[in-house]
Amino acid sequence: MSKIHVTTTINGDPVEYLCDAEETLLDVLRDHLGLTGSKEGCGTGDCGACSVTVDGRLVCSCLMLGAEAAGREIGTIEGMAKGDQLHPLQQKFIEHAALQCGICTPGILVAAKSLLDHNPDPSEEETRYWLAGNLCRCTGYDKIIRAVLDAAKDMREAS
Amino acid sequence: MQYLSPTTIDDAIRLLSSQSGDCKVLAGGTDLLVRMRSGFAEPDSILDIKRIDELRRISRDAGGWRIGAAVSGAEMGEHADLVADWPGVVEAVNLIGSTQIQGRATMAGNLCNASPAADSVPAMIAAGAVARIAGQDGLRDIPVADVPTGPGKTCLSPGEFVTSIWLPSRPERSGDAYLRFIPRTEMDIAVVGCAVALTLDAGGTCTAARVSLGAVAPTAILVDAAADTLIGTTVDDTALDALARACSDAARPIADKRGTVEFRVHVAGVLAKRAAIIAKTRAGGAS
Repeated sequence: MSKIHVTTTINGDPVEYLCDAEETLLDVLRDHLGLTGSKEGCGTGDCGACSVTVDGRLVCSCLMLGAEAAGREIGTIEGMAKGDQLHPLQQKFIEHAALQCGICTPGILVAAKSLLDHNPDPSEEETRYWLAGNLCRCTGYDKIIRAVLDAAKDMREAS
Repeated sequence: MQYLSPTTIDDAIRLLSSQSGDCKVLAGGTDLLVRMRSGFAEPDSILDIKRIDELRRISRDAGGWRIGAAVSGAEMGEHADLVADWPGVVEAVNLIGSTQIQGRATMAGNLCNASPAADSVPAMIAAGAVARIAGQDGLRDIPVADVPTGPGKTCLSPGEFVTSIWLPSRPERSGDAYLRFIPRTEMDIAVVGCAVALTLDAGGTCTAARVSLGAVAPTAILVDAAADTLIGTTVDDTALDALARACSDAARPIADKRGTVEFRVHVAGVLAKRAAIIAKTRAGGAS
């Protein structure tokens, strides 16, 4: 079976790859493109560790085929910091110790950025609901929620 | 496996009917890709309908709304006019999964996955929704209630696929609501689901109603006897009690790890009452 040739945009950069029809976008990111920040937790859309954005929409990259990415704008955790400059969310996750083992962290950061892109001033409840599809087995979530709300506040004040 | 991504309905029909092996239609993929991964589905080809522009649109049609089969739950939730007309349908769709799932999952996919516990299906049935199905013989419109025929089964023939769901125009003083019972607060499979859509006259008397239950039979069911308990009443406590009894009587659930038969029968009535109260309030009735 011949491979599918896909042209897409990832974190603003034009990207081309060849993939099998069965391969998910997560497979492509990790195994073909070396973008291993997106993690595979469950592979069934339950844990959110593979969260990316597609045309600005938050999705699980494990529930999307690599072939579907053609012509889309994909955003991954690798596009979050600008060079050495961490995104405010990343900085706040460090300050609040909002991560322990770290496996869920890239997905949560991508999901949290998507939240703040949609709603710069979310309530705690809105934040908890938005991030309900991102499972963390270490932190108990509270530090994550504090970090997101704190980053949102700083970003509002800076804008 | 082959990946097909037609850009027109005609091309999709042609490709679908010319596949020799098992061809699965891919909309949001939140069920299909999970089934493929777990080995329950091993298609020879996948037909992605998301490149067909008209299937990605929410548009006015015959006074109601036509929602393309590739429209995500998130897109429905962001459509203020649609939410204003059919809040119950949209809330049912938006109950499905997480933010990430909402970014992909579609109402047509929820229908065609044909789970008896599908959240959007009772809401669509109560709303009187109609599925448009494309096949080699052209388009046909059939009530959403007739699409699922059993767990995981639909009335669609090979070579057919749902292109859109149509929601009728909402009459004046109408409201709809969907509620489900789950043991958690979010992201779970309905143990029972219930949708009510009703219309009141200027005096607050119910002139039309449709009541549908999910997860208490092999498919979501329309319960005419339940609607009859509301019509001609002001949806008062007496009517609500009769509604609850009618829904419990109509429930034919199985017992499984998520709930016993007795529990589901009881909860069907409780949810119907609560959904009717919300629908009545949305219709502008006195609470």
